[in-house]
Amino acid sequence: MTEILKPENADQVLDAVKWAVSEAIPLDVRGMGSKAGFGRPVQAGRVLDLSNLAGITDYDPGELVMTMGPATPMAEIEQALADANQELAFEPMDLGVLYGQADGDGMSGTIGGVIAANLSGPRRIKSGAARDHFLGFSAVSGRGEVFKSGGRVMKNVTGFDLSKLMAGSFGTLAVMTEVSIKVLPRPEKTRTVLLMGADDGDAVTALSEALGSSHEVAGAAHLPASVAARSAVGYFKDAGAAVTAVRIEGPGPSVEHRCTALREMFGKAGAVEELHSHNSAAFWREVRDARFFCDDWQDRQVWRVSVAPMQGAEVAARLKSALDGEVYYDWGGGLIWLALDAREDVGAASVRKAIADIGGHATLLRAAADVRQAAPVFQPQPGPLADLSKRVKEAFDPEGILNPGRMVAGQ
Amino acid sequence: MQMPEPDQGVIARRAEIIAAMRAIVPGEGVIADDAMLKAFECDGLMAYRQLPLIVVLPETTQQVSDILRYCHENNVKIVPRGAGTGLSGGALPLADAITLGLTKFNRVLDIDYPNRCVVVQPGVTNLGVTKAVEDDGFYYAPDPSSQIACSIGGNIAENSGGVHCLKYGLTTNNVLGVEMVLMDGTVMRLGGKHLDPGGYDLLGVLTGSEGLLGVITEVTVRILKKPETARAVLLGFNSSEEGGNCVAAIINAGIIPGGIEMMDKPAIHATEEFVHAGYPLDVEALLIVELDGPVVEVDHLIERVSEIAKAEGAVYSRISESEEERAAFWSGRKNAFPAVGRMSPDYICMDGTIPRNKLALVLQRMTEMSAKYDLRVANVFHAGDGNLHPLIMFDANQPGELDRAEEFGADILKLCVEVGGVLTGEHGVGVEKRDLMGEMFTEDDLKQQQRVKCAFDPNHQLNPGKVYPTLHRCAELGRMHISRGQVPFPDIPRF
Repeated sequence: MTEILKPENADQVLDAVKWAVSEAIPLDVRGMGSKAGFGRPVQAGRVLDLSNLAGITDYDPGELVMTMGPATPMAEIEQALADANQELAFEPMDLGVLYGQADGDGMSGTIGGVIAANLSGPRRIKSGAARDHFLGFSAVSGRGEVFKSGGRVMKNVTGFDLSKLMAGSFGTLAVMTEVSIKVLPRPEKTRTVLLMGADDGDAVTALSEALGSSHEVAGAAHLPASVAARSAVGYFKDAGAAVTAVRIEGPGPSVEHRCTALREMFGKAGAVEELHSHNSAAFWREVRDARFFCDDWQDRQVWRVSVAPMQGAEVAARLKSALDGEVYYDWGGGLIWLALDAREDVGAASVRKAIADIGGHATLLRAAADVRQAAPVFQPQPGPLADLSKRVKEAFDPEGILNPGRMVAGQ
Repeated sequence: MQMPEPDQGVIARRAEIIAAMRAIVPGEGVIADDAMLKAFECDGLMAYRQLPLIVVLPETTQQVSDILRYCHENNVKIVPRGAGTGLSGGALPLADAITLGLTKFNRVLDIDYPNRCVVVQPGVTNLGVTKAVEDDGFYYAPDPSSQIACSIGGNIAENSGGVHCLKYGLTTNNVLGVEMVLMDGTVMRLGGKHLDPGGYDLLGVLTGSEGLLGVITEVTVRILKKPETARAVLLGFNSSEEGGNCVAAIINAGIIPGGIEMMDKPAIHATEEFVHAGYPLDVEALLIVELDGPVVEVDHLIERVSEIAKAEGAVYSRISESEEERAAFWSGRKNAFPAVGRMSPDYICMDGTIPRNKLALVLQRMTEMSAKYDLRVANVFHAGDGNLHPLIMFDANQPGELDRAEEFGADILKLCVEVGGVLTGEHGVGVEKRDLMGEMFTEDDLKQQQRVKCAFDPNHQLNPGKVYPTLHRCAELGRMHISRGQVPFPDIPRF
């Protein structure tokens, strides 16, 4: 059992990192550990458990900014935001269920983890990812030095935007001790317009048309029939056909107007249905969290493939023909979720090949630890880019103390 | 303003460098004539001027790569330059550096409506991106007020904003990918038409890096369909505090307008005299709130905003009833800088951001400073996102006034930091705010930022003397004193 260091505050985080540097003992940096299955397994001498650095320290809804400890539970943040009728517009996915945790009511994980993994959800196409809402932070670098970047305001170009580097760095650059994020009002009303029975290609075209309209689409997904049948929402489960879904949010009269326009748009392509608030919320949570790939599919391996939206159907066809998996689409076709029967090579070569000539990237989101140890979890980078990324890593953590190997073997 | 000491050895090699550049960029792309170099001696921050060693205007990525590789190998510095509209001196030339202008990279390469993005060369203007797609009803959202002239490459270098940031984001939220060249000539692509490329977000840190990390040679941005309609409402208040409270109340009601601008009394009067926009002259603060979207949504929300404003004490309220009227509302705000320019021989424009709830305090303190420095100030404010643009009026022909204006400006920015804000919201640090960086950052903060610089440009050859007040050698920044086994085990809970 690896010893766990559990600092009480930012000063103690600094002490711990300084000690680890002097002893050359790598640290496994974690909040709740809810995303331990994301990335390559870390080989570390100690766990640096940040769970004491939790709690919202500043939140004035009118300022649209929240400041908090990195280990503040997402459930607590969601609750505070809901009380003020606000939300995280980037709609970070909850990886808990995908990694086999019991299905609780609240979000699992911490805000630090959400930022470190640069999570987002179906609203990514309209509102951006964690990176786009992450305003500033304080941290301890792998050099054992305290530094900060950004601030608590949303318009800020003072110095390099290191927040962007921290987002998606999986704790390999620095240990965050405080973070500030932009929050936004919760939309008044949500509806979802459904197109029934479209094949993948037609669905991506229909989604592109919707996204290219002025209707401010805030979610654009397509479930082939076999995946739709795995939804808990009646309209999908019982459809017996593929379902293409577009989400509309905003003030009541506006949502009515836009839904009508989209129903007309979709009506040309097939039968149309409409989901109201409750079913909408349930469905988009399923899409966000890849719920279709959980439960009895818990032992399947899961990939997340990001491509230009109009290439989605083509890439999915290649993946299915090479690997015989199940897919569904988010981000208007630009995000493909792929589930495979477990195999030692996770189909890595076929997945990479499917996007090699198209451009994009594939991330292995769920597989056993030994598999993630052997296969590159993240998209391998071309030589010069990999070299530059390595130099950036060394700029923050020259001794390789923080989460070694989490993103790239040997770094 | 202290710039790095020019390297006389490089200046002595000028003829040799010109010849090398002419071998890479044929024809008129290498400018060495003093009269012609004069056109490049400053950017939008005209208080500082310096003739560059030479100017090179390449046309291809290969040329950029060859130029940078030559300079890397021959120890020549580079100042990248887009349209030269920057307001903080980011493109201020150095006597021993080549100014590398990207204006000839002016082609739109790919308009991809199904994927909702456009690929352009970096010299295309911000408005040029919108022009390329507007006939089909699309536009590029970030709209800095220099959008007619400023280049998209420069927008990325500065992470430019505009009046619609609160709803549509800054440049960094609208760029999908770039091709860039490192100082050693390496060409690489970051991102593309897909979202969130894995690995470290180098595109994110490149955006807003003020030409210190790489030279951008191609850009992919996302485009949006134009909203069905837009309407604006003018709201007048007896105090800026009430105006600020109204903004918070609108946001607290769950409404994110396309734009919310505020002007103080001096700015209202200056612009009204200039463009006759029809602004009320008897109010202390004027808000322009613009709603965009479907007609039914805009009509619904503009009524709600008017009601909220009434409850917050608005003494003046006028909703635009036509596109002409909406344009008239904006005409004053958009001409605020030239309007102030008419009132005073010279002015400088500051650019701090503050938490919105500190607005009244900051304006009060600014009034006191105005008296202290005996200089007038007018304020325009991107009220939605807290970005303040005080315009300090002075006369450069009066001895000491420029210095006083600069001191006044520095005091305003220090105040922004003091109340929890930042030195610059959208204009960049450049040389203008370089020496104030210590107000906001510790030495360790700045060193960590410069270590990132070292990963991209280890010899500080790209745009040195900008953004960071002290240039540390990369070898020194990278050094670590590790005393193995000498640090006691931390006295913290363990399990």
